[in-house]
Amino acid sequence: MDAIQTKGLTKYYGKARGILDVNLTVAQGEFFGFIGPNGAGKSTTIRTLLGLISPSEGSASILGMDILQEKEQILGRVGYMPSEAVFYPGMKVRDVLKLSADLHKRNCQEAARELCQRLQLDPSRKVDELSFGNRKKVSIVCALQHAPDLLILDEPTSGLDPLMQREFFDILREQVRDGATIFLSSHVLSEIQRNCSRAAIIREGRIIACDSVDALSRTNARRVTLRGDVALEDLAGIRDLKKEEDMVNFLYNGDMDRLLRRLASGHVADLAVSEPDLEEIFLHYYEKEGETL
Amino acid sequence: MTLIRHELRQGKVPFLIWTASIGFLLAVCIFLFPEMKGQMEGVGDVFSSMGSFTAAFGMDKLNFGTLTGFYAVECGNILGLGGAFYAALCSVGILGKEERDKTAEFLLTHPISRRQAVTEKLAAVLLQITAMNLVLYALSAGSIAATGETIPWTEISLLHLAYYLLQLELAGICFGISAFLRKGNVGIGLGIAALLYFLNLISNMAESAEFLKYITPFGYCEGADIIAEGRLDLSLILLGLSLGAAGIAAAYLKYTRKDIH
Repeated sequence: MDAIQTKGLTKYYGKARGILDVNLTVAQGEFFGFIGPNGAGKSTTIRTLLGLISPSEGSASILGMDILQEKEQILGRVGYMPSEAVFYPGMKVRDVLKLSADLHKRNCQEAARELCQRLQLDPSRKVDELSFGNRKKVSIVCALQHAPDLLILDEPTSGLDPLMQREFFDILREQVRDGATIFLSSHVLSEIQRNCSRAAIIREGRIIACDSVDALSRTNARRVTLRGDVALEDLAGIRDLKKEEDMVNFLYNGDMDRLLRRLASGHVADLAVSEPDLEEIFLHYYEKEGETL
Repeated sequence: MTLIRHELRQGKVPFLIWTASIGFLLAVCIFLFPEMKGQMEGVGDVFSSMGSFTAAFGMDKLNFGTLTGFYAVECGNILGLGGAFYAALCSVGILGKEERDKTAEFLLTHPISRRQAVTEKLAAVLLQITAMNLVLYALSAGSIAATGETIPWTEISLLHLAYYLLQLELAGICFGISAFLRKGNVGIGLGIAALLYFLNLISNMAESAEFLKYITPFGYCEGADIIAEGRLDLSLILLGLSLGAAGIAAAYLKYTRKDIH
């Protein structure tokens, strides 16, 4: 049984595009990344899966249950962290956590206490007085305290300081070790690359790539940085060429032998050739749909 | 039950403020009656000879010098307007506020169905309105007793019951509107309550506008008619309550299908 499966999931807002023909499969126990810039359809996909909006076409199931027919059962086994952490005014952190636990019909006091301690969150504070980062922590505890089978996280780390981000991902990895599935939506590619085993890339409402993070990152292209003076302008396979005084930086996807001969014909004082990071590959997906570098 | 408790907690301050304010004004009015009673014979003639204005407030049919007449006009207006404003305020934002305050994403991603959310929110509205009316009823009876007057149980019970039903009708209509709003709008609720109140004043003033009493719930809360006849107008009440029920049905239909943004 898959944790998430969508078949041709489509959502229009009136005539405006939300998501188009989204087909995704996330296996149980996976740490899955969902990549895309703002407005690509990440949140629409998540909101449809959670039943906040209804799909225009297509179907989806979570943990083997239909998102329309068995919504409450699904939500009982899902922990969701929205991109905006907003709570009811005037409530203390502990009241929000209690409300969330009560809505799950669970006693989560022990788990909440432990999570608050790890995230250094004071449960006696009023949510209105909390910083954005601390409100995010409240969201994290709400999403995790009832030990869900599937965690859906929408831009979870914005507002968290680096130390808290590390603690947060430690907690998530523990959850995966204990059998939970994580669906992490983010535009911070480094955190997808570091933590996820598979990922999908969404562009203008459509999934344009879905594979293991290794496969998505694998490419023949190389990031070349050199100091010196070489004529490169007419060399085929060069992209993203940047020059700064005698430093030259570019992505190369052409014949390596040709590049080496060209470099040998010029003057090279220093040279570094490295694999591009996911960020660069991601930008490529957004420039040229469906092709790899 | 969790959501009912939560809504009651969230609505505690407005509940206390409105109940205390209306209760205070009712009590002040009642305590003024013994002092005013002696002066009422002359004043009553003045009040009953102001033409349309007299008719608008039903003072042509009531004796201002009696406790029931005084209560129906003075306290009736306080209870009618205050109660209607509170009922509208309480219900018009209860569904829409979740989207306005962006808390819908928190609430509706918990294992609670939309139907259950609507039911519990409706129950919270009805409980608050009922609690306010019980407090005001007890406070009125207590204040009358404290002035040494005999409590006209039938009349004040009928008056309070009529205003309670008015609030339920208005709450039902505003609850229905709330399901359509993305930004809970207090102004709409208060506007509707005020509009219905003034429609009743107009229907009292001109015979040609009498049909308005079928539209406004203030029509069946007319103190002069209730005291004169010793009963409520059941057909108007049924019509009103069915409007309230239609509002509630609309809320269920809309909110259970609505895309939450």
